[in-house]
Amino acid sequence: MALEFERPLIELEEKIRELEATAREQNLDLSEEIGLLKAKLERLEREIFEGLTPWQRVQLARAPGRPTTLDVAERLFEEFVELKGDRAFADDPAIVGGLARFSGRRVVFVGHQKGRNTKENIARNFGMPHPEGYRKAMRLMDLADREGLPFLAFIDTPGAYPGISAEERGQAWVIARSIQRMSRLKVPAVAVILGEGGSGGALAIGVGNRVLILENAWYSVISPESCAAILWRDAKEAERAAEALKLTARDLLELGVVDRIVPEPGGGAHRNPEGAIRELQKALEAVLGELEGLDPEALWQDRYRKFRALGAYRET
Amino acid sequence: MAIERLFRRRRTRGEGREVPELWIRCENCGAQLYKKDLEQNLGVCPHCGHHHRIPVEDWVKILADEGSFEATTGRVHPVDPLGFVDTEPYPERLARYQQKTGRPDAIYGGRAQIGGVPSVLLVMDYAFAGGSMGSVVGEEIARGAELAAEENRALVIVTASGGARMQEGALSLMQMAKTTMALEFVFQKRLPYVSVLTDPTTGGVTASFATLADVIFAEPGALIGFAGPRVIKQTIRQDLPEGFQRSEFLLKHGLLDAVVDRRKLKAELVRVLKLLYPGEADGA
Repeated sequence: MALEFERPLIELEEKIRELEATAREQNLDLSEEIGLLKAKLERLEREIFEGLTPWQRVQLARAPGRPTTLDVAERLFEEFVELKGDRAFADDPAIVGGLARFSGRRVVFVGHQKGRNTKENIARNFGMPHPEGYRKAMRLMDLADREGLPFLAFIDTPGAYPGISAEERGQAWVIARSIQRMSRLKVPAVAVILGEGGSGGALAIGVGNRVLILENAWYSVISPESCAAILWRDAKEAERAAEALKLTARDLLELGVVDRIVPEPGGGAHRNPEGAIRELQKALEAVLGELEGLDPEALWQDRYRKFRALGAYRET
Repeated sequence: MAIERLFRRRRTRGEGREVPELWIRCENCGAQLYKKDLEQNLGVCPHCGHHHRIPVEDWVKILADEGSFEATTGRVHPVDPLGFVDTEPYPERLARYQQKTGRPDAIYGGRAQIGGVPSVLLVMDYAFAGGSMGSVVGEEIARGAELAAEENRALVIVTASGGARMQEGALSLMQMAKTTMALEFVFQKRLPYVSVLTDPTTGGVTASFATLADVIFAEPGALIGFAGPRVIKQTIRQDLPEGFQRSEFLLKHGLLDAVVDRRKLKAELVRVLKLLYPGEADGA
Protein backbone atom coordinates (compact mmCIF):
# COMPACT_ATOMS: atom_id res chain seq x y z
CA MET A 1 0.00 0.00 0.00
CA ALA A 2 2.23 2.76 -1.29
CA LEU A 3 1.52 6.43 -0.90
CA GLU A 4 0.82 8.35 -4.11
CA PHE A 5 4.13 10.21 -4.13
CA GLU A 6 6.11 7.01 -3.46
CA ARG A 7 4.91 5.26 -6.65
CA PRO A 8 7.76 6.36 -8.95
CA LEU A 9 10.23 5.04 -6.39
CA ILE A 10 8.49 1.73 -6.06
CA GLU A 11 8.27 1.32 -9.82
CA LEU A 12 11.97 2.00 -10.13
CA GLU A 13 12.77 -0.45 -7.37
CA GLU A 14 10.75 -3.09 -9.15
CA LYS A 15 12.65 -2.45 -12.35
CA ILE A 16 15.96 -2.86 -10.52
CA ARG A 17 14.77 -6.11 -8.97
CA GLU A 18 13.68 -7.40 -12.36
CA LEU A 19 17.05 -6.56 -13.90
CA GLU A 20 18.86 -8.23 -11.03
CA ALA A 21 16.75 -11.35 -11.50
CA THR A 22 17.40 -11.37 -15.23
CA ALA A 23 21.12 -10.98 -14.65
CA ARG A 24 21.08 -13.90 -12.27
CA GLU A 25 18.91 -16.20 -14.35
CA GLN A 26 20.64 -15.54 -17.65
CA ASN A 27 24.07 -15.07 -16.14
CA LEU A 28 24.49 -11.62 -17.69
CA ASP A 29 26.51 -8.69 -16.48
CA LEU A 30 23.98 -5.88 -16.09
CA SER A 31 25.82 -4.17 -13.25
CA GLU A 32 26.28 -0.96 -15.23
CA GLU A 33 22.55 -0.63 -16.01
CA ILE A 34 21.64 -1.56 -12.48
CA GLY A 35 24.12 0.92 -11.07
CA LEU A 36 22.65 3.68 -13.19
CA LEU A 37 19.14 2.86 -12.08
CA LYS A 38 20.20 2.77 -8.44
CA ALA A 39 21.79 6.17 -8.76
CA LYS A 40 18.61 7.41 -10.39
CA LEU A 41 16.57 5.92 -7.56
CA GLU A 42 18.66 7.67 -4.97
CA ARG A 43 18.36 10.96 -6.82
CA LEU A 44 14.62 10.60 -7.24
CA GLU A 45 14.21 9.66 -3.60
CA ARG A 46 16.11 12.73 -2.49
CA GLU A 47 14.11 14.95 -4.83
CA ILE A 48 10.77 13.60 -3.66
CA PHE A 49 11.62 13.68 0.04
CA GLU A 50 13.13 17.13 0.00
CA GLY A 51 10.02 18.53 -1.60
CA LEU A 52 7.45 16.81 0.58
CA THR A 53 4.46 18.91 1.54
CA PRO A 54 3.29 18.93 5.18
CA TRP A 55 0.28 16.84 4.19
CA GLN A 56 2.55 14.24 2.55
CA ARG A 57 4.58 14.08 5.75
CA VAL A 58 1.39 13.55 7.74
CA GLN A 59 0.72 10.58 5.48
CA LEU A 60 4.25 9.27 6.05
CA ALA A 61 3.79 9.64 9.80
CA ARG A 62 0.81 7.29 9.50
CA ALA A 63 2.27 4.90 6.94
CA PRO A 64 2.00 1.19 7.71
CA GLY A 65 5.41 -0.22 8.53
CA ARG A 66 6.53 2.85 10.42
CA PRO A 67 8.14 1.77 13.70
CA THR A 68 5.71 1.67 16.61
CA THR A 69 6.74 1.91 20.26
CA LEU A 70 7.07 -1.87 20.55
CA ASP A 71 9.11 -2.03 17.31
CA VAL A 72 11.39 0.59 18.80
CA ALA A 73 11.57 -1.28 22.11
CA GLU A 74 12.54 -4.49 20.34
CA ARG A 75 15.35 -2.91 18.34
CA LEU A 76 16.50 -0.03 20.52
CA PHE A 77 16.78 -1.83 23.84
CA GLU A 78 19.15 -4.64 24.72
CA GLU A 79 16.24 -6.10 26.66
CA PHE A 80 12.88 -4.98 27.95
CA VAL A 81 10.05 -6.19 30.15
CA GLU A 82 6.59 -4.89 29.44
CA LEU A 83 4.61 -3.88 32.52
CA LYS A 84 0.85 -3.71 32.33
CA GLY A 85 -2.16 -2.20 34.01
CA ASP A 86 -3.07 0.99 35.80
CA ARG A 87 -3.67 -0.78 39.15
CA ALA A 88 -7.13 0.74 39.25
CA PHE A 89 -9.32 -0.20 36.33
CA ALA A 90 -7.74 -1.91 33.34
CA ASP A 91 -4.77 -2.34 31.10
CA ASP A 92 -4.97 0.00 28.12
CA PRO A 93 -3.42 -1.61 25.05
CA ALA A 94 -3.10 1.83 23.41
CA ILE A 95 -0.25 2.69 25.77
CA VAL A 96 2.60 0.31 26.52
CA GLY A 97 5.53 0.63 28.83
CA GLY A 98 8.01 -1.11 31.04
CA LEU A 99 11.58 -1.57 32.12
CA ALA A 100 14.42 -1.69 29.65
CA ARG A 101 18.15 -1.59 29.16
CA PHE A 102 19.30 1.09 26.71
CA SER A 103 22.96 1.31 25.72
CA GLY A 104 23.97 -0.30 28.99
CA ARG A 105 21.81 1.81 31.32
CA ARG A 106 18.49 0.89 32.88
CA VAL A 107 15.50 3.01 31.84
CA VAL A 108 11.72 3.14 32.18
CA PHE A 109 9.75 3.71 28.98
CA VAL A 110 6.18 4.31 27.88
CA GLY A 111 4.67 4.93 24.48
CA HIS A 112 1.47 5.04 22.50
CA GLN A 113 0.97 1.78 20.66
CA LYS A 114 -0.72 1.55 17.29
CA GLY A 115 -1.41 -1.77 15.63
CA ARG A 116 0.80 -3.11 12.87
CA ASN A 117 -2.29 -4.23 10.95
CA THR A 118 -6.04 -3.66 11.05
CA LYS A 119 -6.79 -6.41 13.54
CA GLU A 120 -4.09 -5.20 15.90
CA ASN A 121 -5.16 -1.62 15.37
CA ILE A 122 -8.68 -2.42 16.52
CA ALA A 123 -7.30 -4.12 19.63
CA ARG A 124 -5.04 -1.13 20.28
CA ASN A 125 -7.83 1.40 19.55
CA PHE A 126 -5.61 2.91 16.82
CA GLY A 127 -3.26 4.20 19.48
CA MET A 128 -5.94 6.35 21.12
CA PRO A 129 -5.65 5.89 24.89
CA HIS A 130 -8.35 5.86 27.53
CA PRO A 131 -7.72 7.35 30.99
CA GLU A 132 -6.33 4.03 32.22
CA GLY A 133 -3.55 4.31 29.65
CA TYR A 134 -2.37 7.58 31.11
CA ARG A 135 -2.72 6.18 34.62
CA LYS A 136 -0.41 3.37 33.55
CA ALA A 137 2.03 5.95 32.21
CA MET A 138 1.90 7.85 35.52
CA ARG A 139 2.45 4.67 37.46
CA LEU A 140 5.58 4.09 35.41
CA MET A 141 6.71 7.66 36.05
CA ASP A 142 6.41 6.89 39.77
CA LEU A 143 8.55 3.82 39.22
CA ALA A 144 11.20 5.77 37.31
CA ASP A 145 11.41 8.30 40.14
CA ARG A 146 11.59 5.66 42.85
CA GLU A 147 14.34 3.74 41.09
CA GLY A 148 16.10 6.85 39.81
CA LEU A 149 15.92 5.66 36.20
CA PRO A 150 15.75 7.91 33.12
CA PHE A 151 12.28 8.07 31.59
CA LEU A 152 11.71 7.70 27.85
CA ALA A 153 8.36 8.43 26.23
CA PHE A 154 7.45 7.55 22.63
CA ILE A 155 4.62 9.53 21.14
CA ASP A 156 2.48 8.15 18.35
CA THR A 157 -1.21 8.88 18.65
CA PRO A 158 -3.87 10.59 16.58
CA GLY A 159 -5.15 11.81 19.95
CA ALA A 160 -6.64 10.62 23.22
CA TYR A 161 -9.83 8.64 22.60
CA PRO A 162 -12.88 10.89 22.25
CA GLY A 163 -15.60 8.53 23.49
CA ILE A 164 -18.24 8.12 26.17
CA SER A 165 -16.21 5.73 28.31
CA ALA A 166 -13.16 7.97 28.21
CA GLU A 167 -15.16 11.05 29.17
CA GLU A 168 -16.92 9.25 32.00
CA ARG A 169 -13.60 8.27 33.47
CA GLY A 170 -12.20 11.79 33.25
CA GLN A 171 -10.06 11.87 30.12
CA ALA A 172 -9.29 15.58 30.53
CA TRP A 173 -8.55 15.22 34.24
CA VAL A 174 -6.12 12.38 33.70
CA ILE A 175 -4.30 14.11 30.84
CA ALA A 176 -3.82 17.17 33.05
CA ARG A 177 -2.50 14.91 35.83
CA SER A 178 -0.15 13.15 33.46
CA ILE A 179 1.28 16.44 32.20
CA GLN A 180 1.78 17.48 35.81
CA ARG A 181 3.25 14.15 36.87
CA MET A 182 5.72 14.08 34.02
CA SER A 183 6.80 17.67 34.65
CA ARG A 184 7.60 16.64 38.23
CA LEU A 185 9.93 13.77 37.31
CA LYS A 186 13.11 13.74 39.37
CA VAL A 187 14.93 11.88 36.63
CA PRO A 188 15.94 12.86 33.09
CA ALA A 189 12.90 12.70 30.79
CA VAL A 190 13.06 12.50 27.03
CA ALA A 191 10.05 12.44 24.72
CA VAL A 192 10.28 11.27 21.13
CA ILE A 193 7.56 11.88 18.57
CA LEU A 194 7.73 8.77 16.42
CA GLY A 195 4.77 9.34 14.13
CA GLU A 196 1.68 11.27 15.11
CA GLY A 197 1.67 13.80 17.93
CA GLY A 198 -2.05 14.43 18.24
CA SER A 199 -2.81 17.16 20.75
CA GLY A 200 -3.28 16.70 24.51
CA GLY A 201 -3.21 12.93 24.18
CA ALA A 202 0.35 13.28 22.93
CA LEU A 203 1.48 16.04 25.29
CA ALA A 204 0.34 13.95 28.28
CA ILE A 205 3.60 12.03 27.86
CA GLY A 206 5.47 14.84 26.10
CA VAL A 207 6.83 16.93 28.96
CA GLY A 208 10.45 15.95 28.47
CA ASN A 209 13.64 17.81 29.28
CA ARG A 210 14.29 17.18 25.63
CA VAL A 211 11.71 16.59 22.95
CA LEU A 212 12.90 14.81 19.82
CA ILE A 213 10.95 14.25 16.65
CA LEU A 214 11.48 11.92 13.73
CA GLU A 215 11.94 13.78 10.48
CA ASN A 216 8.55 12.92 9.02
CA ALA A 217 6.50 12.92 12.21
CA TRP A 218 3.95 15.64 13.04
CA TYR A 219 2.90 17.25 16.31
CA SER A 220 0.14 19.78 16.80
CA VAL A 221 -2.81 21.06 18.75
CA ILE A 222 -5.26 19.22 16.49
CA SER A 223 -5.15 16.81 13.57
CA PRO A 224 -5.33 18.40 10.12
CA GLU A 225 -8.65 16.66 9.44
CA SER A 226 -10.31 17.92 12.62
CA CYS A 227 -8.87 21.39 12.10
CA ALA A 228 -10.25 21.45 8.57
CA ALA A 229 -13.63 20.21 9.76
CA ILE A 230 -13.86 23.06 12.27
CA LEU A 231 -12.26 25.99 10.45
CA TRP A 232 -13.17 25.18 6.86
CA ARG A 233 -16.21 23.09 7.79
CA ASP A 234 -14.83 20.42 5.45
CA ALA A 235 -12.47 17.60 6.43
CA LYS A 236 -11.31 17.46 2.79
CA GLU A 237 -9.41 20.68 3.41
CA ALA A 238 -6.98 18.70 5.58
CA GLU A 239 -4.16 19.41 3.16
CA ARG A 240 -4.57 23.16 3.67
CA ALA A 241 -4.91 22.70 7.41
CA ALA A 242 -1.67 20.68 7.47
CA GLU A 243 0.09 23.61 5.80
CA ALA A 244 -1.42 26.19 8.11
CA LEU A 245 -0.76 24.35 11.38
CA LYS A 246 3.05 24.31 10.92
CA LEU A 247 3.17 20.80 12.25
CA THR A 248 6.29 19.40 10.56
CA ALA A 249 9.53 18.62 12.36
CA ARG A 250 11.31 21.59 10.79
CA ASP A 251 8.52 24.02 11.70
CA LEU A 252 8.42 22.72 15.27
CA LEU A 253 12.17 23.10 15.65
CA GLU A 254 11.84 26.71 14.53
CA LEU A 255 9.02 27.32 17.01
CA GLY A 256 11.10 25.80 19.81
CA VAL A 257 8.53 23.09 20.45
CA VAL A 258 11.07 20.35 19.70
CA ASP A 259 14.79 20.34 20.43
CA ARG A 260 16.13 17.97 17.84
CA ILE A 261 15.11 16.25 14.62
CA VAL A 262 16.01 12.59 14.23
CA PRO A 263 16.81 12.06 10.53
CA GLU A 264 14.98 9.26 8.75
CA PRO A 265 16.72 7.09 6.17
CA GLY A 266 15.99 7.78 2.49
CA GLY A 267 12.46 6.72 1.67
CA GLY A 268 11.23 7.25 5.22
CA ALA A 269 11.18 5.27 8.45
CA HIS A 270 8.39 2.98 7.24
CA ARG A 271 10.62 1.62 4.49
CA ASN A 272 13.67 1.29 6.69
CA PRO A 273 12.71 1.05 10.38
CA GLU A 274 16.11 -0.33 11.38
CA GLY A 275 17.86 2.68 9.90
CA ALA A 276 15.48 5.06 11.65
CA ILE A 277 15.98 3.37 14.99
CA ARG A 278 19.78 3.49 14.60
CA GLU A 279 19.52 7.26 14.18
CA LEU A 280 17.18 7.44 17.17
CA GLN A 281 19.67 5.54 19.29
CA LYS A 282 22.41 8.05 18.47
CA ALA A 283 20.17 10.99 19.28
CA LEU A 284 18.91 9.48 22.54
CA GLU A 285 22.41 8.68 23.71
CA ALA A 286 23.45 12.25 23.03
CA VAL A 287 20.56 13.90 24.91
CA LEU A 288 20.66 11.47 27.83
CA GLY A 289 24.35 12.26 28.10
CA GLU A 290 23.48 15.95 28.48
CA LEU A 291 20.95 15.26 31.23
CA GLU A 292 22.37 12.44 33.30
CA GLY A 293 24.56 14.59 35.50
CA LEU A 294 21.70 16.88 36.60
CA ASP A 295 20.04 16.62 40.02
CA PRO A 296 16.23 16.62 40.44
CA GLU A 297 16.05 20.38 41.07
CA ALA A 298 18.16 21.16 38.01
CA LEU A 299 16.03 18.81 35.92
CA TRP A 300 12.84 20.56 37.07
CA GLN A 301 14.37 23.96 36.34
CA ASP A 302 15.47 22.78 32.91
CA ARG A 303 11.97 21.52 32.10
CA TYR A 304 10.27 24.60 33.53
CA ARG A 305 12.45 27.03 31.60
CA LYS A 306 11.83 25.12 28.40
CA PHE A 307 8.04 25.08 28.60
CA ARG A 308 7.65 28.45 30.32
CA ALA A 309 9.32 30.12 27.36
CA LEU A 310 6.98 28.64 24.75
CA GLY A 311 4.47 30.99 23.23
CA ALA A 312 4.43 34.06 21.02
CA TYR A 313 3.08 37.43 22.12
CA ARG A 314 4.00 41.06 22.36
CA GLU A 315 3.85 43.25 25.39
CA THR A 316 2.79 46.89 25.78
CA MET B 1 -57.29 49.26 22.54
CA ALA B 2 -54.79 51.59 24.14
CA ILE B 3 -52.85 48.69 25.59
CA GLU B 4 -52.67 46.95 22.23
CA ARG B 5 -51.24 50.06 20.69
CA LEU B 6 -48.68 50.28 23.45
CA PHE B 7 -47.48 46.73 22.75
CA ARG B 8 -47.39 47.35 19.05
CA ARG B 9 -45.35 50.46 19.48
CA ARG B 10 -42.84 48.77 21.75
CA ARG B 11 -42.36 45.97 19.30
CA THR B 12 -41.72 48.36 16.44
CA ARG B 13 -39.20 50.24 18.47
CA GLY B 14 -37.48 47.00 19.43
CA GLU B 15 -37.15 45.94 15.81
CA GLY B 16 -35.86 49.34 14.81
CA ARG B 17 -32.95 48.95 17.26
CA GLU B 18 -33.39 52.53 18.38
CA VAL B 19 -33.45 51.64 22.07
CA PRO B 20 -31.33 49.04 23.85
CA GLU B 21 -33.17 45.78 24.27
CA LEU B 22 -34.87 45.67 27.60
CA TRP B 23 -36.19 42.16 27.31
CA ILE B 24 -34.35 38.95 26.84
CA ARG B 25 -35.56 35.42 26.24
CA CYS B 26 -34.21 32.66 28.50
CA GLU B 27 -32.02 30.38 26.39
CA ASN B 28 -33.43 27.38 28.15
CA CYS B 29 -37.11 27.83 29.01
CA GLY B 30 -37.89 30.68 26.65
CA ALA B 31 -39.40 32.89 29.35
CA GLN B 32 -39.40 36.62 28.60
CA LEU B 33 -37.17 38.22 31.19
CA TYR B 34 -36.65 41.85 31.98
CA LYS B 35 -32.95 42.30 31.30
CA LYS B 36 -32.32 44.24 34.50
CA ASP B 37 -33.99 41.51 36.55
CA LEU B 38 -31.82 38.87 34.90
CA GLU B 39 -28.72 40.93 35.60
CA GLN B 40 -29.73 41.38 39.20
CA ASN B 41 -30.19 37.64 39.41
CA LEU B 42 -26.57 37.23 38.16
CA GLY B 43 -27.72 35.91 34.80
CA VAL B 44 -29.68 33.03 36.31
CA CYS B 45 -33.19 32.60 34.92
CA PRO B 46 -35.63 33.08 37.81
CA HIS B 47 -38.03 30.58 36.21
CA CYS B 48 -35.86 27.60 35.32
CA GLY B 49 -32.51 28.35 36.98
CA HIS B 50 -30.61 28.29 33.69
CA HIS B 51 -27.22 29.96 34.06
CA HIS B 52 -26.67 32.37 31.19
CA ARG B 53 -23.19 33.37 30.16
CA ILE B 54 -22.28 36.72 31.71
CA PRO B 55 -19.60 39.29 30.85
CA VAL B 56 -16.23 38.73 32.54
CA GLU B 57 -16.49 42.07 34.35
CA ASP B 58 -19.65 40.73 36.01
CA TRP B 59 -17.69 37.74 37.25
CA VAL B 60 -15.28 40.08 38.94
CA LYS B 61 -18.21 41.95 40.49
CA ILE B 62 -19.71 38.72 41.75
CA LEU B 63 -16.54 37.25 43.26
CA ALA B 64 -14.23 40.09 44.26
CA ASP B 65 -14.92 42.11 47.39
CA GLU B 66 -16.19 45.54 46.46
CA GLY B 67 -13.45 47.92 45.42
CA SER B 68 -10.70 45.34 45.86
CA PHE B 69 -10.05 44.40 42.24
CA GLU B 70 -6.98 45.63 40.44
CA ALA B 71 -6.51 44.31 36.90
CA THR B 72 -3.13 42.87 35.95
CA THR B 73 -4.06 41.51 32.52
CA GLY B 74 -4.27 43.52 29.33
CA ARG B 75 -0.65 44.19 28.51
CA VAL B 76 0.08 40.92 26.75
CA HIS B 77 -1.13 40.94 23.16
CA PRO B 78 -1.47 38.10 20.68
CA VAL B 79 0.64 37.86 17.53
CA ASP B 80 0.42 35.57 14.52
CA PRO B 81 3.36 33.17 14.92
CA LEU B 82 2.29 30.79 12.14
CA GLY B 83 0.97 33.27 9.59
CA PHE B 84 -2.29 31.38 9.91
CA VAL B 85 -5.00 31.83 7.33
CA ASP B 86 -8.19 29.83 7.26
CA THR B 87 -11.36 31.47 5.98
CA GLU B 88 -9.76 34.73 7.11
CA PRO B 89 -6.27 35.70 8.30
CA TYR B 90 -5.74 35.20 12.04
CA PRO B 91 -4.78 38.87 12.70
CA GLU B 92 -8.13 39.98 11.23
CA ARG B 93 -9.98 37.48 13.37
CA LEU B 94 -8.10 38.77 16.42
CA ALA B 95 -8.86 42.39 15.57
CA ARG B 96 -12.55 41.56 15.30
CA TYR B 97 -12.60 39.92 18.75
CA GLN B 98 -10.54 42.72 20.24
CA GLN B 99 -13.01 45.26 18.94
CA LYS B 100 -15.96 43.23 20.19
CA THR B 101 -14.60 42.66 23.71
CA GLY B 102 -12.22 45.57 24.24
CA ARG B 103 -9.61 43.09 25.39
CA PRO B 104 -6.37 41.93 23.76
CA ASP B 105 -7.28 38.26 24.25
CA ALA B 106 -9.62 35.83 25.98
CA ILE B 107 -8.67 36.50 29.58
CA TYR B 108 -9.25 39.15 32.22
CA GLY B 109 -8.09 39.25 35.81
CA GLY B 110 -5.91 40.62 38.54
CA ARG B 111 -5.46 41.02 42.27
CA ALA B 112 -8.59 40.84 44.41
CA GLN B 113 -9.78 40.20 47.91
CA ILE B 114 -12.33 37.40 48.05
CA GLY B 115 -14.12 37.34 51.39
CA GLY B 116 -11.04 39.07 52.72
CA VAL B 117 -8.69 36.41 51.35
CA PRO B 118 -5.97 37.98 49.18
CA SER B 119 -6.35 36.36 45.79
CA VAL B 120 -5.51 36.42 42.14
CA LEU B 121 -8.75 36.15 40.20
CA LEU B 122 -8.64 35.20 36.51
CA VAL B 123 -11.68 34.92 34.26
CA MET B 124 -11.71 33.47 30.75
CA ASP B 125 -13.76 35.33 28.17
CA TYR B 126 -15.84 33.04 26.00
CA ALA B 127 -16.84 36.02 23.85
CA PHE B 128 -13.26 36.22 22.61
CA ALA B 129 -12.69 33.40 20.12
CA GLY B 130 -14.66 30.97 22.26
CA GLY B 131 -12.32 31.50 25.17
CA SER B 132 -9.68 29.55 23.29
CA MET B 133 -6.22 29.27 24.83
CA GLY B 134 -3.33 30.53 22.77
CA SER B 135 -0.04 32.04 23.89
CA VAL B 136 -1.64 35.04 25.62
CA VAL B 137 -4.14 33.09 27.70
CA GLY B 138 -1.39 30.64 28.64
CA GLU B 139 0.96 33.46 29.55
CA GLU B 140 -1.63 35.26 31.69
CA ILE B 141 -2.57 32.07 33.53
CA ALA B 142 1.10 31.35 34.20
CA ARG B 143 1.74 34.93 35.33
CA GLY B 144 -1.36 34.82 37.51
CA ALA B 145 -0.12 31.67 39.22
CA GLU B 146 3.34 33.14 39.66
CA LEU B 147 1.88 36.36 41.06
CA ALA B 148 -0.25 34.41 43.53
CA ALA B 149 2.82 32.51 44.72
CA GLU B 150 4.94 35.64 44.91
CA GLU B 151 2.41 37.64 46.92
CA ASN B 152 0.96 34.77 48.95
CA ARG B 153 -2.44 34.93 47.35
CA ALA B 154 -5.02 32.28 46.65
CA LEU B 155 -5.61 31.52 42.98
CA VAL B 156 -9.14 31.48 41.60
CA ILE B 157 -9.79 30.81 37.92
CA VAL B 158 -13.20 30.97 36.24
CA THR B 159 -13.00 28.99 33.01
CA ALA B 160 -15.01 29.13 29.79
CA SER B 161 -13.25 27.77 26.77
CA GLY B 162 -13.65 25.66 23.69
CA GLY B 163 -10.06 24.50 24.19
CA ALA B 164 -6.69 25.32 22.73
CA ARG B 165 -6.54 27.88 19.91
CA MET B 166 -5.95 26.22 16.56
CA GLN B 167 -4.49 29.31 14.91
CA GLU B 168 -1.36 29.12 17.06
CA GLY B 169 -0.80 25.43 16.38
CA ALA B 170 1.62 23.55 18.61
CA LEU B 171 2.34 26.74 20.57
CA SER B 172 -1.23 26.61 21.89
CA LEU B 173 -0.73 23.00 22.86
CA MET B 174 2.38 23.96 24.79
CA GLN B 175 0.33 26.36 26.92
CA MET B 176 -1.15 23.28 28.58
CA ALA B 177 2.28 22.31 29.89
CA LYS B 178 3.25 25.90 30.69
CA THR B 179 0.14 26.66 32.78
CA THR B 180 0.33 23.30 34.54
CA MET B 181 3.94 23.86 35.51
CA ALA B 182 3.33 27.43 36.70
CA LEU B 183 0.74 26.12 39.18
CA GLU B 184 3.57 24.31 40.91
CA PHE B 185 4.64 27.52 42.64
CA VAL B 186 1.17 27.95 44.11
CA PHE B 187 1.15 24.39 45.40
CA GLN B 188 4.68 24.60 46.79
CA LYS B 189 3.67 27.58 48.90
CA ARG B 190 0.56 25.74 50.11
CA LEU B 191 -1.69 28.37 48.65
CA PRO B 192 -5.18 27.36 47.63
CA TYR B 193 -6.22 27.06 44.00
CA VAL B 194 -9.91 26.85 43.21
CA SER B 195 -11.35 26.59 39.72
CA VAL B 196 -14.89 27.41 38.70
CA LEU B 197 -15.84 25.66 35.49
CA THR B 198 -18.57 27.38 33.50
CA ASP B 199 -20.33 26.51 30.29
CA PRO B 200 -18.50 25.36 28.24
CA THR B 201 -15.08 24.20 29.38
CA THR B 202 -13.56 21.66 27.01
CA GLY B 203 -10.36 20.55 25.32
CA GLY B 204 -6.95 21.84 26.29
CA VAL B 205 -8.20 23.98 29.16
CA THR B 206 -10.00 21.08 30.84
CA ALA B 207 -6.98 18.89 30.14
CA SER B 208 -4.58 21.23 31.93
CA PHE B 209 -4.84 23.88 34.64
CA ALA B 210 -8.65 23.88 35.01
CA THR B 211 -8.88 20.39 36.49
CA LEU B 212 -5.72 20.58 38.60
CA ALA B 213 -7.31 22.80 41.24
CA ASP B 214 -7.48 21.79 44.90
CA VAL B 215 -11.21 22.33 44.71
CA ILE B 216 -13.22 22.23 41.49
CA PHE B 217 -16.63 23.91 41.36
CA ALA B 218 -18.86 23.86 38.33
CA GLU B 219 -21.96 25.76 37.37
CA PRO B 220 -25.22 23.87 36.97
CA GLY B 221 -25.70 22.40 33.51
CA ALA B 222 -22.27 23.42 32.25
CA LEU B 223 -20.78 21.35 29.44
CA ILE B 224 -17.38 20.16 30.59
CA GLY B 225 -15.15 17.57 28.99
CA PHE B 226 -12.16 16.68 26.88
CA ALA B 227 -13.72 16.19 23.47
CA GLY B 228 -16.75 18.16 22.40
CA PRO B 229 -20.04 16.29 21.95
CA ARG B 230 -19.93 16.73 18.16
CA VAL B 231 -16.54 15.03 17.90
CA ILE B 232 -17.65 12.19 20.17
CA LYS B 233 -20.81 11.68 18.15
CA GLN B 234 -18.80 11.52 14.93
CA THR B 235 -16.37 9.03 16.46
CA ILE B 236 -18.83 6.59 17.96
CA ARG B 237 -21.75 7.26 15.58
CA GLN B 238 -24.29 7.06 18.38
CA ASP B 239 -26.47 9.55 20.15
CA LEU B 240 -25.07 10.68 23.47
CA PRO B 241 -26.92 9.92 26.70
CA GLU B 242 -29.06 12.64 28.29
CA GLY B 243 -27.01 14.96 30.46
CA PHE B 244 -23.70 13.54 29.21
CA GLN B 245 -20.72 15.81 30.02
CA ARG B 246 -22.90 18.14 32.07
CA SER B 247 -21.82 19.21 35.55
CA GLU B 248 -24.30 16.97 37.34
CA PHE B 249 -23.06 13.94 35.34
CA LEU B 250 -19.45 14.78 36.15
CA LEU B 251 -20.23 15.24 39.84
CA LYS B 252 -21.73 11.77 39.86
CA HIS B 253 -18.60 10.40 38.19
CA GLY B 254 -16.36 11.88 40.85
CA LEU B 255 -14.76 14.57 38.73
CA LEU B 256 -16.02 17.68 40.55
CA ASP B 257 -16.33 18.74 44.17
CA ALA B 258 -19.64 20.55 43.83
CA VAL B 259 -22.13 21.97 41.39
CA VAL B 260 -22.84 25.43 42.73
CA ASP B 261 -25.60 27.87 41.86
CA ARG B 262 -24.04 31.16 40.77
CA ARG B 263 -26.05 33.03 43.41
CA LYS B 264 -24.39 30.97 46.16
CA LEU B 265 -20.97 30.68 44.56
CA LYS B 266 -19.21 33.52 46.33
CA ALA B 267 -20.26 32.26 49.75
CA GLU B 268 -19.12 28.72 48.93
CA LEU B 269 -15.86 29.95 47.45
CA VAL B 270 -15.10 32.08 50.50
CA ARG B 271 -15.80 29.17 52.84
CA VAL B 272 -13.34 26.98 50.99
CA LEU B 273 -10.72 29.70 50.62
CA LYS B 274 -10.85 30.46 54.31
CA LEU B 275 -10.42 26.81 55.20
CA LEU B 276 -7.50 26.43 52.82
CA TYR B 277 -5.73 29.77 53.07
CA PRO B 278 -2.99 29.69 55.69
CA GLY B 279 -4.07 32.28 58.24
CA GLU B 280 -2.86 33.68 61.51
CA ALA B 281 -5.05 31.21 63.40
CA ASP B 282 -2.78 28.40 62.17
CA GLY B 283 0.26 30.18 63.47
CA ALA B 284 1.44 30.50 59.88
